[in-house]
Amino acid sequence: MLDQTRSNFHGMVREDHSAMTFSVKREVFVSPEVFEGELRALFDSCWIYVGHASELRNPGDFKTRNVAGRPIIFVRGRDGEVRALINSCRHRGAIVCREREGNARQFYCMYHGWTYQPDGSVKSVPGEDAYAKPIDKKEMGLMPVPRLEHYRDFYFLNFDRDAVDLKTYLAGATKYIDLVTEQSPSGKMEIISGTQEYDIKANWKLLVENSVDDYHLIATHATWVNYMRNSGVNMTQPKDSGLLLPTKGAGKDLGNGHLTTDNPNYRGRPVARWISLYGEDAKADIDAIRKELVTRLGEKRAARVADTNRNLVVFPNLVINDGSSVTVRNFYPVSATEMRVTAWALGPVEETEAQRARRLHAFLTFYGPGGFATPDDVTALESAQAGYAAWRDVEWNDLSRGMAKNDEQTNTDEGHLRTFWRRWRDLMEKQT
Amino acid sequence: MSQGEVAATRAEVEDLFYLEADLLDNWRLDDWMKLLADDASYYVPPNDKPDGDHRFTLFTIADDIVRLRERIIRLKDPNCHAEYPPSHTRRLITNVRVGASEGDLIPVFANFVIYRYRRAEPPRVFVGHYRHKLKRVGGSLRFFERRAILDAEELGALGSVSFLL
Repeated sequence: MLDQTRSNFHGMVREDHSAMTFSVKREVFVSPEVFEGELRALFDSCWIYVGHASELRNPGDFKTRNVAGRPIIFVRGRDGEVRALINSCRHRGAIVCREREGNARQFYCMYHGWTYQPDGSVKSVPGEDAYAKPIDKKEMGLMPVPRLEHYRDFYFLNFDRDAVDLKTYLAGATKYIDLVTEQSPSGKMEIISGTQEYDIKANWKLLVENSVDDYHLIATHATWVNYMRNSGVNMTQPKDSGLLLPTKGAGKDLGNGHLTTDNPNYRGRPVARWISLYGEDAKADIDAIRKELVTRLGEKRAARVADTNRNLVVFPNLVINDGSSVTVRNFYPVSATEMRVTAWALGPVEETEAQRARRLHAFLTFYGPGGFATPDDVTALESAQAGYAAWRDVEWNDLSRGMAKNDEQTNTDEGHLRTFWRRWRDLMEKQT
Repeated sequence: MSQGEVAATRAEVEDLFYLEADLLDNWRLDDWMKLLADDASYYVPPNDKPDGDHRFTLFTIADDIVRLRERIIRLKDPNCHAEYPPSHTRRLITNVRVGASEGDLIPVFANFVIYRYRRAEPPRVFVGHYRHKLKRVGGSLRFFERRAILDAEELGALGSVSFLL
């Protein structure tokens, strides 16, 4: 008998504790029904990243972007408050701000000429006297998203009015965001100008996995490893260690589906670990950055900030990679089989010209559509997606690495990936 | 050559562009490297900041000569998965102009259309313009700074810039 209360999305994630196996049905990467389910179960009820406060320095500054499938104006009002408004005229729906970014005195709807203040309220309506009563300027303003909150300048929105507050939602991820912001003496980080926006013809969940999957590094990024070696970075795997990478890192469950890698650094950090790639000239400068960290945070905390690399996933679709540079990477599904990625570089506001240039140089060594690594990730993901055309014949993906271990999961195990999938399963199975 | 004088003819610059296009389309990357000055650099600005400075702006590509040499090593390696097997490309270079010299540097400009084909992928068309600086090395024109600026509002469906623009 058909159980009417059971969701269509049951049985997609299979966990077998006697066989120590964990499998995910490949259907979840191709099915339009699963994709529609995700829009409701995940993107309409989780906290979704919108932008960073540093992108809106002055009153009137705005960015338009697509967030959770909606056209959004991320804007600082004249009152200094940051808002996320639906970029659609309240009259007949046209987009009221068609520029990518700028500073607005008003938003003007080109269809019938309604105008709005940067805080969203109506400024003027042509021929207002044709209405039975005057337009309520506040009530008929651009619709604000139901919830908008920030943690250390990272703004998230939520379309679920009843959602828990952002900080509770972020759970253990806050500690890892702290490690990022503590790189700035004032605790202020900024998004650096220049946006990398590119599509991947693959399901968005593959990029979640890929962002924290250190198992793929040696095979997928062989040319990057080679480049590091050529630049004098020690890439040897310690003998008899069983390690696949030069240092032993961990994969961690941060609660609520958030996860991170946590790896002793070997590939250099602008704050503050010198490698030969930076050049001899940079040594003294990086020493000075390190010294400031130690003075401010103490030896132990400074080492925590400066000597570990962490790739953080904030469930479901924000990645902050704090490694050879800091990247903020957001991605959103366009369909079951395609995503759009937006990536930025983040740095301390206090950085000197030389430090900023070094950070950006280090970013491009690995990351981005022209980097030495990301294009091969894109190829790997698109290749996996192509394989899923046979999802009816080869039904399951395997994510069992490390299942039999009692102790901490390493970064080349798949324990942290399983964290994502359990949360995904729990939210999707609630969906009817 | 004094400031402001035209230090190369358009025919000479066109010859260089056409030779380069031929070498790149045929993946003769070592021969292409010979067209570069010793201290050459290669830039692809981000689509939303085409006039940006790579020291303050996150670019798509900003290679000094050291990283550019490493990029060529990577592109020749079968482990460069994004370009293995290598893309088939065809470059059309037009609207070539030569600017007034800046010291020993000769600014040159051109439009480009690069068609890129890969098996089981949609054809991709990269459209934009070059803003290069050339210099003479032993009488021959060499690239000192190569700058390829894409017209697309965002990379979007173009995906990666894993081959040389």
